[in-house]
Amino acid sequence: MTGNRDRRKIWLVVLFAAAILVLAGAPLIGMRSVPLEALFRFAAGGIDADIVWKIRLPRVLVAFLAGAALALSGLAFQTLFRSPLAEPFTLGVASGASLGAVLYLRLGLAFSLAGLSGVSLFAFGGAILSILLVYGLARLAKGFAMGTMLLSGVAISFFFSSLILFMQYMSDFARSAHMMRWLMGGLEVGGFESVFNMAPFVIVGSVVMLLLTHELNLLAVDEELAISRGVDAVKIRKVLFLCSSAMVGCVVALCGPIGFVGIMVPHMCRLLIGADHRYLTPAALLFGGSFLVLCDTVARTIIAPAEIPVGIITALLGGPFFVWLLLGHPLPGKRGER
Amino acid sequence: MRNAGTMIGIEGFSCNRNGKAVLRDISLTIGEGKYVSLVGPNGSGKTTLLKCLVRILKGSAGSIRIAGRRIEDFNQRELARFIAYVPQADGYVSSFTVEEFLLMARYPYLSPFAAARRSDVEAVRLAMETTGTGHLADRALTDMSGGERQKVFIAAALAQETKVMLLDEPTTFLDPKQEADIRFLLGRINRERGVTIVSVTHDLNAAALAGGRIAALKEGALVFSGPPREFMSQEVLKSVYGTEFCFTAHPVTGERLVVPRVAP
Repeated sequence: MTGNRDRRKIWLVVLFAAAILVLAGAPLIGMRSVPLEALFRFAAGGIDADIVWKIRLPRVLVAFLAGAALALSGLAFQTLFRSPLAEPFTLGVASGASLGAVLYLRLGLAFSLAGLSGVSLFAFGGAILSILLVYGLARLAKGFAMGTMLLSGVAISFFFSSLILFMQYMSDFARSAHMMRWLMGGLEVGGFESVFNMAPFVIVGSVVMLLLTHELNLLAVDEELAISRGVDAVKIRKVLFLCSSAMVGCVVALCGPIGFVGIMVPHMCRLLIGADHRYLTPAALLFGGSFLVLCDTVARTIIAPAEIPVGIITALLGGPFFVWLLLGHPLPGKRGER
Repeated sequence: MRNAGTMIGIEGFSCNRNGKAVLRDISLTIGEGKYVSLVGPNGSGKTTLLKCLVRILKGSAGSIRIAGRRIEDFNQRELARFIAYVPQADGYVSSFTVEEFLLMARYPYLSPFAAARRSDVEAVRLAMETTGTGHLADRALTDMSGGERQKVFIAAALAQETKVMLLDEPTTFLDPKQEADIRFLLGRINRERGVTIVSVTHDLNAAALAGGRIAALKEGALVFSGPPREFMSQEVLKSVYGTEFCFTAHPVTGERLVVPRVAP
């Protein structure tokens, strides 16, 4: 046991160090190689300093925030629904946001508000709409039963996906390609405004989840057991849903539906660290953030000067890595169960 | 210390689920430190009653009082310091270790910021010692026999340090040795710690031998509450189960035991 505990702590330290390393290193990597001493040559108006501080750094920060938010909400949903296949988009947030974005592109609008692009605003509106719909349906069906929420999320996803396809089908080629590109997800979201737009959601959501690790542990075992141990399950569930949905809504609005991180990073962390949310939650935050920064760095450098949508890279890199992890460490405690 | 007062007071209590009455107009008083075996046919509402007592389910009429206080007036954590619930331990597929699982039972005493304090660790150690589960501390819940897991669940309820323990068929899936172990353990917890125990069981002889009172539910209504020797009569048993029984005597203690009469 002590060995096991030490291992978890070591992994947390490793993940923390990796996050620092990635956050510091990624801005230095890019199409244009930047010498270290150029970073501090503001006075000379050095273009290298500008590239690193004003373009790459905010992008790296957005990637980290987005990755952390996706991994954390994936973890929350997997625990709440007690399903290994739940992910941040299970409740239809991604399809809602996508519908908003596609609608915006279909209408050919072009505006921005308070530093937010119109497409982001529409996408956020769509995300909010889907969250409200799922909540409304769950409330109509008396209470927030897990099965009801899950099924209404899936139903709404399908419904919205059809609308998206319909709008794509009715659009000309250029617009349709534009929509397709948005649906692949990307992190070329511009400067520090995006960081400032995203940070409050992600920070509040992360803090809430880090404070609820005991509750997550008990809910992961069994909801009724959790109630009998003193967890106010209905309240905790609502808080977690709201936080996760808001985090994900904001990420999808800015970056599009980036896949894989939300479903796989929590599993990767479970394989490394075990089931205890006191360790699992910070691990998912660090791992998710670092992983998306890495993927984005690959996405923007591998065929430079062009970029690959980061959503393609996440699954391409993450898939084989996950299989390797799975082969190396069979899921703890599940022997004989599967 | 025993017979100090009423621990659980149920009055005119009903519970509906999906528009169907699962519990009807139940009135039952359980004194502090008592041992009650809750029996009745399948679907008679035994588990539902336990769940109402820890507020997993809410009633639709009547009242439940715990130590004199209305159950609605507790917040969930306060209630968890009074009552522990031991569900049927089969079917839990959680990869937490026993020690982690027992520490989680300290939730009603934990603050969100603090790690486990010495009192928590001590409660867990004592619970493992009492139940003889110390050697399992590092094992995953999924990685043990049904009897071991049942003991762990009882240990968790002990670590919760409550005045009442509710158990849902704690011996149903166990072999005779493990069954006897659990019975002995529950008796000890009841006698030595003064914990009020309500245990759901289908084993009428075990209920009779447990030494406490028997309460019987049928179709959601309380049809009997009293000492085992009154329960072990053809009239009462037939009214509860709708079948005839044969009676015999315990070979050692002479207490009355039953077997269902099988139609020829």
